[in-house]
Amino acid sequence: MKKAVMQLETLTCPSCMKKIEGALDKVEGVENVKVLFNASKAKVDFDEAKVSTDELKEIVEKTGYQVQAVKTN
Amino acid sequence: MLEQIHQHKYHLAWIAGVLIVLGLLMKWLGFYAWRDGFLIAATVAAALPIAIKAWQAARMKTFSIELLVTVAVAGAFLIHEYMESAAVTFLFLFGDYLEARTLKKTRSSLKQLVDMAPQEAILLQEDGTRKKTAADRVRAGNKLVVLPGGKIPVDGTIAKGRAFVNESAVTGEPAPVMKKENDPVFSGSILDTGYIEMIAEKVGDDTTFAKMIELVEEAQDAKSKTERFLDRFANYYTPAIVILALAVFVFTRDFHKAITFLVIACPGALVIGAPVSNVAGIGNGAKHGALIKGGDVMEKLSKVDTLVFDKTGTLTKGKPEVTDVHLFGKRREEEVLGLVAKAETVSEHPLGQTIVKEAEARGIPFNRYHLQEGEAIKGKGIAATIDGIAVTAGNRKWMDAQGIAISPSAGSYATDREKMGNTAIFIAANGKLEAILSIADQIREDARAALEDMRAAGIKRIVMLTGDNRHTARAVASQLGIDAFYAELLPDEKVDYVKKLKEEGAVVAMAGDGMNDAPAIATADIGLAMGKGGTDISIETADIVLMADKLSQYAHAFALSKKTMRNMKQNIAIALSVVVFLLVGVLRGQVDLAAGMFVHEGSVLAVILNAMRLIGFAPKGGRQKFKISKMGELDGDQLRKPVRHVK
Repeated sequence: MKKAVMQLETLTCPSCMKKIEGALDKVEGVENVKVLFNASKAKVDFDEAKVSTDELKEIVEKTGYQVQAVKTN
Repeated sequence: MLEQIHQHKYHLAWIAGVLIVLGLLMKWLGFYAWRDGFLIAATVAAALPIAIKAWQAARMKTFSIELLVTVAVAGAFLIHEYMESAAVTFLFLFGDYLEARTLKKTRSSLKQLVDMAPQEAILLQEDGTRKKTAADRVRAGNKLVVLPGGKIPVDGTIAKGRAFVNESAVTGEPAPVMKKENDPVFSGSILDTGYIEMIAEKVGDDTTFAKMIELVEEAQDAKSKTERFLDRFANYYTPAIVILALAVFVFTRDFHKAITFLVIACPGALVIGAPVSNVAGIGNGAKHGALIKGGDVMEKLSKVDTLVFDKTGTLTKGKPEVTDVHLFGKRREEEVLGLVAKAETVSEHPLGQTIVKEAEARGIPFNRYHLQEGEAIKGKGIAATIDGIAVTAGNRKWMDAQGIAISPSAGSYATDREKMGNTAIFIAANGKLEAILSIADQIREDARAALEDMRAAGIKRIVMLTGDNRHTARAVASQLGIDAFYAELLPDEKVDYVKKLKEEGAVVAMAGDGMNDAPAIATADIGLAMGKGGTDISIETADIVLMADKLSQYAHAFALSKKTMRNMKQNIAIALSVVVFLLVGVLRGQVDLAAGMFVHEGSVLAVILNAMRLIGFAPKGGRQKFKISKMGELDGDQLRKPVRHVK
């Protein structure tokens, strides 16, 4: 289990949060998603055997939000 | 391509704005074909990013305000209302721009904190050379150098050197503190003057500073009851509005009016109004050293009417000091202190350590004495032989057990000292009473003022729970004007008292420091922990953490919570009244889409601006803030101003 924290562009509407959360939640290998609206961050717990951080980043960007930085541990 | 449009959406907004002005100019000059051309171009420019967002959301099967606007604009476009389509798209983007900018401001308190994060560190390598590195590459065990003006990159302990350190990033306290060998230092603090070499202990995301930032980030998103209610409200509100809009269409056969109704009714200000107050409030708290973990904590704190305090380490400093030495024999004070200090070196008792510290502080060379034998008896005292002198120190029972006579005057002196909140320690040499030492844990300087402030802000009852003895408890309680106190309690008895208060209908906030308070902190409606002296566990279980252990920060947090709740209610009122006002206007045909959009965006801005007032909310009397005046000097008057308390 790995944890990635993505710094997104500044989120301005609470509904964007739901969009990103929903999109990530559907990905196989993603266990837990939390989008922090005010910090504009997405925190994802995921199985690295099933999905990579790059793929996660791509999914977020597909919903229309830029990912500025990704931190994993 | 899509990304680029999105990135430049505000540029597109400006282009659309200019095109609209040009269009209006053409109309004024009478070139009607040109006018329509400009307005169509403006619509396309501004509608593009909106339509893309709408499409992206739709693809993810989520409904968005962008979709509504796109439909509305398409409608206006079809009926050749170019002015309206251009104005609506422009206003939407422009409003979005203003919202993003002002939201940034409400989040600025946290941003300021995040920006205080250290970026680089200077490694002290084994060969004695220094090497610069990124702060997040430092590992535990690394030796680091911090120079004046530099930031302490990680948590650790000073190995060498001493310095004045400004810890305001962590504690919210701007006054620099003296740090020397073996003292802990925290990431994010700034070395004012001096020089230190330190050993890294906690690095990366584990530093106190990183954890604090994470806590605040999570807190700003933890929803309050009001927010959750509004979320649920929005869940019903949106479908209800869609149905109403359909009804408008069915009854009036006016597609345009129905779309207008739909767009205007969007609950923008309502959805953003409550969270934005919390974000600003929590940010303010963090900046002043009070971490409030979420909107629900903020809401509950504002309703607290009963405060419960642990005594030691919360109302008092938690560090006992010798407050008086009273002699009864012929030996001099230095000699008595020196002998006891030497004897106490066999004891690990905190009171014994206090005496040793006092002797060290007075520069008494007690190590010259020779300890022949010594014994510490738990709960009583010590007996030792030093250079042939039999030294006995301890409580009354210990004196009785050792057959040392205490004169009535000495006995009543000791009782008097105890009533004043001291622990009296009897000291005898060769079977004769020589002195009585008074040791007390001093009350925090800001305790009285903080309690008064909180009473003035609406606290009805203040209770103190302590494991300490009755005398000491009574002395502290009477000095602070506490309503009730319970002494000699065990941790689970503290929990019982908190429970009892809750059963009586009080909303209880419990503040404590050590591990033994953790159960009571968890039981109370609101739990507060001291961040500096507290343990990681109590900090994690608490709802509020006072980073500098200052009770004035508690008072600030309490006042802030009331202010934040009031601000939130104002925001809800603004949002609701604007929506009602606009919808009535739309139905009566007095408000068109562009004008409605304008007022709607205005109301969103109004709630954000209102919330921003919370950022500047200062602690009472401005005690905690150093202001650097334009001359670059410390504005000392700001600090020395007397603090007045209104009852």
